[in-house]
Order: sequence, then C-alpha cells, then structure tokens
Amino acid sequence: MAVEIEQQQQQPSVGLSRVAVSKTHGEDSPYFAGWKAYDENPYDEESNRSGVIQMGLAENQVSFDLLEKYLEEHPEASSWGKGAPGFRENALFQDYHGLKSFRQAMANFMEQIRGGRAKFDPDRIVLTAGATAANELLTFILADPGDALLVPTPYYPGFDRDLRWRTGVKIVPIHCDSSNNFQVTPQALESAYEHAQSMNLNVRGVLITNPSNPLGSTVGGSTLEMILEFAVCKNIHLVSDEIYSGSTFSPSEFTSIAEILRNRGYKDIETERVHIVYSLSKDLGLPGFRVGTIYSYNDNVVTTARRMSSFTLISSQTQHLLACMLSNTEFTENYIKTNCERLSLRYETIVEGLKKAGIECSKGNAGLFCWMNLSPLLDEPTREGELALWKIILNEVRLNISPGSSCHCSEPGWFRVCFANMSEQTLGVALERIHKFMEQRKNLQ
Amino acid sequence: MGVLSRKATCNSHGQDSSYFLGWQEYEKNPYDEVTNPHGIIQMGLAENQLSFDLLESWLAKNPDAASFRRDGQSIFKELALFQDYHGLPAFKNALVDFMAEIRGNKVTFDPNHIVLTAGATSANETLMFCLAEQGDAFLLPTPYYPGFDRDLKWRTGVEIVPIECTSSNRFQITASALEKAYEQAQKKNLRVKGVLVTNPSNPLGTSMTRDELDLLVNFISDKEIHLISDEIYSGTVFSSPAFVSIMEVLKDRNLEKTEVWERVHIVYSLSKDLGLPGFRVGAIYSNDPIVVAAATKMSSFGLVSSQTQYLLSAMLSDKKFTKEYIAKNHKRLQKRRSKLVAGLEKAGIGCLESNAGLFCWVDMRHLLSSDTFEAEMELWKRIVYDVKLNISPGSSCHCIEPGWFRVCFANMSEDTLKLAMQRLKSFVGSIAVNDRSHRDLKNSRRKFRTKWVFRLSFQSFHDREQDER
Repeated sequence: MAVEIEQQQQQPSVGLSRVAVSKTHGEDSPYFAGWKAYDENPYDEESNRSGVIQMGLAENQVSFDLLEKYLEEHPEASSWGKGAPGFRENALFQDYHGLKSFRQAMANFMEQIRGGRAKFDPDRIVLTAGATAANELLTFILADPGDALLVPTPYYPGFDRDLRWRTGVKIVPIHCDSSNNFQVTPQALESAYEHAQSMNLNVRGVLITNPSNPLGSTVGGSTLEMILEFAVCKNIHLVSDEIYSGSTFSPSEFTSIAEILRNRGYKDIETERVHIVYSLSKDLGLPGFRVGTIYSYNDNVVTTARRMSSFTLISSQTQHLLACMLSNTEFTENYIKTNCERLSLRYETIVEGLKKAGIECSKGNAGLFCWMNLSPLLDEPTREGELALWKIILNEVRLNISPGSSCHCSEPGWFRVCFANMSEQTLGVALERIHKFMEQRKNLQ
Repeated sequence: MGVLSRKATCNSHGQDSSYFLGWQEYEKNPYDEVTNPHGIIQMGLAENQLSFDLLESWLAKNPDAASFRRDGQSIFKELALFQDYHGLPAFKNALVDFMAEIRGNKVTFDPNHIVLTAGATSANETLMFCLAEQGDAFLLPTPYYPGFDRDLKWRTGVEIVPIECTSSNRFQITASALEKAYEQAQKKNLRVKGVLVTNPSNPLGTSMTRDELDLLVNFISDKEIHLISDEIYSGTVFSSPAFVSIMEVLKDRNLEKTEVWERVHIVYSLSKDLGLPGFRVGAIYSNDPIVVAAATKMSSFGLVSSQTQYLLSAMLSDKKFTKEYIAKNHKRLQKRRSKLVAGLEKAGIGCLESNAGLFCWVDMRHLLSSDTFEAEMELWKRIVYDVKLNISPGSSCHCIEPGWFRVCFANMSEDTLKLAMQRLKSFVGSIAVNDRSHRDLKNSRRKFRTKWVFRLSFQSFHDREQDER
C-alpha cells in the first residue's frame, strides 16, 4: 500500500502542455512595457494632451471616410436586404472553400493592387481569420517541429509567435544591415542557411515580407529573383507576406513575387514552392474583421490549407460585406489611389519633420511606418543602449515607438515609428515633442 | 520537390472517412423539391434551420446591429480596428448571460473566464494545445462526433482513446468503461490528460444524467486529469430531463474553487443553438486562469470578426428576444423530432429515446445482413445510393456496435422529411420481400432485442391506428 502511494506521488501532476506554459507567445518581451505605459496614460487631443502618443501600432486610419461612404451608399453590403432574404443562406455558409464571390473579389483586388501585372485564380485563394492565422497555417504545412524557416531581419515581432509557438518550428535570421538599406544579399542568405545546418536544423523555407515591416520599403525585383533562385537551388519553399502591398506610396514601385513568376513563364519548379500571404488589415484598415488569405501555386498546399482553415474561417457575414465592397471596381480603384496618396503624404510629413529635428530615416516607399535611425544618440552601441534610449523616449518624450531589437535588428539604434494610426494633428504634436527632445539633447552637449 | 510537413501528408484530417464521402455524394446529386426531386436528401448535416424566422424578424426590428450603429451613431471605425483578443466586452457579457439562461440560471459564468474562438472547431483544438501534446491522450465516449478525429488530433499530435459505450444501457458512460479506456491508454504508453464529453451528446441526442456527471467528476478527481464538456447543443434540450451542466454538478457538490474545479473546461458555440455556423462563434470557458490566459493568446489564430461580435452582442443582450427564442426553438425541435420518430416507426425502425440535439440515433441493426461493420457499410451505401438519403453510419462515429445511424431532422423542411421517411419505408418494405435471409435475421434479431424496442413496437401499433384516423 505504501509503495503504491509513493508511486502515485512520483507521477507528474497533470498540468498543462509545454506550449501553454512556454514563453514563445512573446508577450513578456520588454517592449510590451510600451503598450502598458500607453494604456495607463493615453494621449487624447481634447482630454489628455500630455499623454503617451501611440506610435507602435501599425494601423491604417487615414482612409476610413472612404469605407464609411461606401457603406452608407450600399446598405445591402452590411445587411441582407429588406426582410433579410440572404440571411439564412449566409448564416449557414461554413464551407471552407469560402464564398466564391468573395474569393473572386479578393483576386480582383490583389490584381488591381499590382496594376494588373499579375493574375490570381480565385480557386487558389484559401481564406483564414487574418494573416496571423495564414502564416501559422502555412508553417504547419511546410515544416515539421524542429525544422527552420529563414527570415530576413529586422522582422515583425509577431512572427516569433505566429511561426514558432504552436508549430515548434524555429526561425533562423538572415542578417541585413544599413550598409545597403537592409536588403537581403546572397551572402546573407547563404550564411543563414549554413548557420541553420551547423545547428542541425532542416531548413524548409524562406519567409519574406514585401513591402517590409518594419522597414517600410519594397523588395526590389532582382532581390526577389535572387531569393527565388536560392529557394529553387536549396529545394525549399518561399513565402511572401504581401500584406502591405496596397500601401505602396507609388503603386508601380511594388513588385510582387507573383509578377516575377509570371515574367519567368510560370515554371513548375519555381511556382510549386511559392505561397503568398495577404490580408485586409493594413491596406483596408480592417484588422477587427479578421480577413487573411493564402495564395499558393501548389495544389497540395491549397488543398491542405483549405482543410486546415476549418480552424480559422472568416465569418460569412464579413465575407458577404467584403464581397460586395471589393467587387465594386469604382470603389476599389478610387480607394487604392486615394489611400496611397494619403499614406505618401503622411510619410513625407514625418520624414521631413524628423529631418528638421536632425534625425535620418532609411529610404521608405510603403507601409504605415518609417524606420528611424537614432544610433548617434546611443550611450553605447548595444541592445542595452537602445533599450535605455527607448525608455527615455517612452517616459520623457512620451512616445511609444518600437525598438529595433524587438524586430531582431542586428544593428542597435533603429526604431519603427508608425504614422497612419493617428490624426494629422496628433502627428504634428509628436513631431514637436521629438524636435524639442533633440534640441534639449543638443543643448546638453 | 513537394516535400510538405508530415501533418500535411498524413490522413489525420479525416477527410477520407465515410462521413465526408456521404457529403460528397450529396453534393453531386442534391435533392431539390422542384429541380431535382429524385436527388439525395441531406440528413447527415447537424444544422438548425427551424428558427431563422425569429432571427430575421429581430434583425428587421434592429437594423443598427448589422449596420455598425449604436444608438443611431456609427461605430464602424471602432469595430474595424477592434482586434483585441480579449473580445468585445459587451459580447462576452451577453454570451455568458445567454449560457446561464440556457442552464435555467442555475449557474452563472464570469465573462473574464471566457475566450472567444472562430467556432467550436477552433475552441476544441485550442484546448488540446493548452492541455496536451504528442504522447498524450484524451478519453472520449463512443459514439462521438467524427470531426473530433481532426479537431483534437491533427495538428496537436494528441491521441483519442475511446470509452466504449453500448446500447445495453442506452450508451451511458460507466465506471468500468472509463477504467478500461484509461488502462487501454496506458498500454499504448499514452499519458491520459483528460476526458472530453459532448453533453448533450452528438450523435446520441441525449443529455447526460446526473449519475454520469458524478461519475466523471469522481473519475477526473481520482486520476487528477482534465474534463472538457462540449456543450454546444445545450440550447437544444427540448424535453425532459432538463439539461444538467457539469458546472451545476460541481456547484452542488461544493467543489467550487477546488483543484478539480480548475480542471473543468466548457466549450460552447452559436452554430447549433442559434443556427449560425457561418458566423464562426465559439467559446472556451475555463475555471483555470492560466488556461484562460494561454487560450486567450492562442485565440489570435482564430478570432471572431468584430462585425459579428457586435451584431450578436446586440441580439443576445435583448433578453426578451432570447427568452422567446429559446422557448420557441425547443418546441419546434421537439415537434420535428416527433415527426422523424413517427416516420421511422412506420418503417419499423426504432431509435434511442432522446431529449436534445438536431438528430436521432437510429437503430437499423435488424436490417443488417450480418452483425458486422461490413454489413453496416453495405446498408449505408444502399441508403445513400438507392434510397438517396445521406445519413451518418455509426462506424464513422466510432460506435462499437454495428447497425446504428445518425439521422438529422432540423436541416430541411417538413415536407422533405416526410418524403425521406416515405422513401425509407419503401426501402424497408422491399427488403422484407426480397431478402432471403430475412427469416434467419428474424431469429437472430430476437437475441439483440432490448426492452425499449419491444415497447416501441407496441407503441407504433397504437400510433398507426391514430394516423389512420
């Protein structure tokens, strides 16, 4: 009897899974303190002019008026017509193929963004609840636990969770630096691949974000070709996260991997390994609606992704709304054009303002943020030095910006600063504060 | 090239099972009253189509909810930007109230313990990721929803070990079946992390008795494991006994805030009770704050559209509406079930006495050519291809007794149901005439007849008289 009890006590307590208790969700990283500081003391134009201005959130708030106007003029998109005739069908629709009209509209929208330089087949579009889900799902499909994906640095901090947490897959960084505006080089790719091999990791693919977050710049056509050829050579996958594609200030400057494949004649050996992620969270400013997609040229991936999307389907109510909106080419053409113009203006405003304050940014042409260089201000050219400066900016200047270290940048002193998630007035206030801060530092020296 | 992950190339997605094949046949030749009256009638889809008019009338009276307006003001921007994985507070509050109402307000739920997910499919998988991993197993009573094979196992690597239930006691869970399953898992070198039950049951259509629930609480206490109670059909309990939630049992036994309390988790969804599977509204409710925290973060991979959260927060906050909806929905489900049962009786087919769900668990053992799963598949194919009814064979639900089928009744019109029953009656009649082994079957049938089947024959005799009146 006593032996039995002893044995029972030696059994591990039931507890939770390793995934549940691991820290790979990344939410304990130091820069979450920035969010906390903002939540506790948020800037408000009317009621709290000394509060923290949120510049760490890559949201697009510059074009809501266009969306609201559309909704007002097309009530059938957000309701189901008088007496709700389409309601029943819509409410029952849980087919993981997704609403055909919505996929068609998405394909058209993606083509419009690329100026017709690429074609998309609606039957290759798999719908997911956001790009977060799309990236995780692709990782489940393309890699096994313990395998690795190569990702150029600096990269979106959320990838640490999205690509690794539940999948068990590892990220091996492709180090990029300011010597060439942080572009991926063949040497950096090779070096990352070898590093993975030295750790006995099986590399399954490269994942790039184009336009880049946090750089705010498009990846050049020749770089894309180089990465594609690398993928073919090593027989690995290429995932191109193009969620900022509709936020390129001059749309003709964006080159999609889809265009590259088309220009090279859609060779099987190239297409079978390419997968594109898209979402409406950034270009349309609708992160709450959870609309993401995977576009793959590989039939197996499409079929498997579709089945897996059961875990992350888009609300049919939302699919209906967006099918209406995005099928309206008058609306989409005007939206894309106007949105890009406004983002471009915002970008010029912030870059000019920073320049006047004596701060340089890397060359950007897309996205909702700029990549700012504060390395001259560091006490020491280290991650600690960067975090120290970040804390000063958070607590004294009261701006929440994202330190490069949170994006795994190998060069300390770079910061991502968002400009599209606030009013023009607030952006002006932020620039004034930065200007003042820089003046004070100059006077101290 | 083509090398995809093991997950991508394995068969754990379960799409090759007969459950899905039946769907495929239906899609090739779907019944339509006007355009395809000889097509296959879909009776394999557990959808609730009986109460849409109530929802539609609410929507017509409350246009703001779907138009991004609150008190006449546009909140479009607010909703469009809302992606907080903690969920819309107004929606969570309305949802927990609705869940309490379904349970006769005998238990209340804390909105801070609820996690929203894109459907119960996502909720179940997320809970698996939180509670278990490769090398672990969950025990599930059979028969169970075929989708669990994919939802619980595919990407998580967790195994399912069956708790075998039989018709000898109306498929209820017994202490010995639980122990047997536990030992079975150990033999396979699997670490048992918990039990997952569906209450009310799919495919049985019955709600669990207090005794069963007590048994489960005792079992998970003793083994120190988790209990997941998938209560997505809780709002479809249309006749007595009233629904008893696991939470009620824990409360009645004064187990609140104990260790076992924190190992009980509930899954809910609006797909069945409200008939809104397209909207992808699921929820995990856990008493363990660590599970809530982990699941909340994981829900990033399957959040509910804020547009939909807002619509439903408005709808479910309307208590007058929810009260009326629950009551009317129950009545309609009960009535519809009676029609199915009566129709089956006319065909000499019985089913398990049930008080919930959108389907009946139908006994066709007497129609099998032999007491085997091959014979069940044979019968199923005849029913799909010849009778043109898509129903779900018990083997797809891992039932250990051949001859049982799940037949849905709430996803079609009354006329279509009537037609389905007529077809079935003709089919059974033709077997009686043509099947040479029928006499042999009659003899072997006596061995398997249980008490309630005798009672059923007696009843149907009387009912037949009434119908002819």
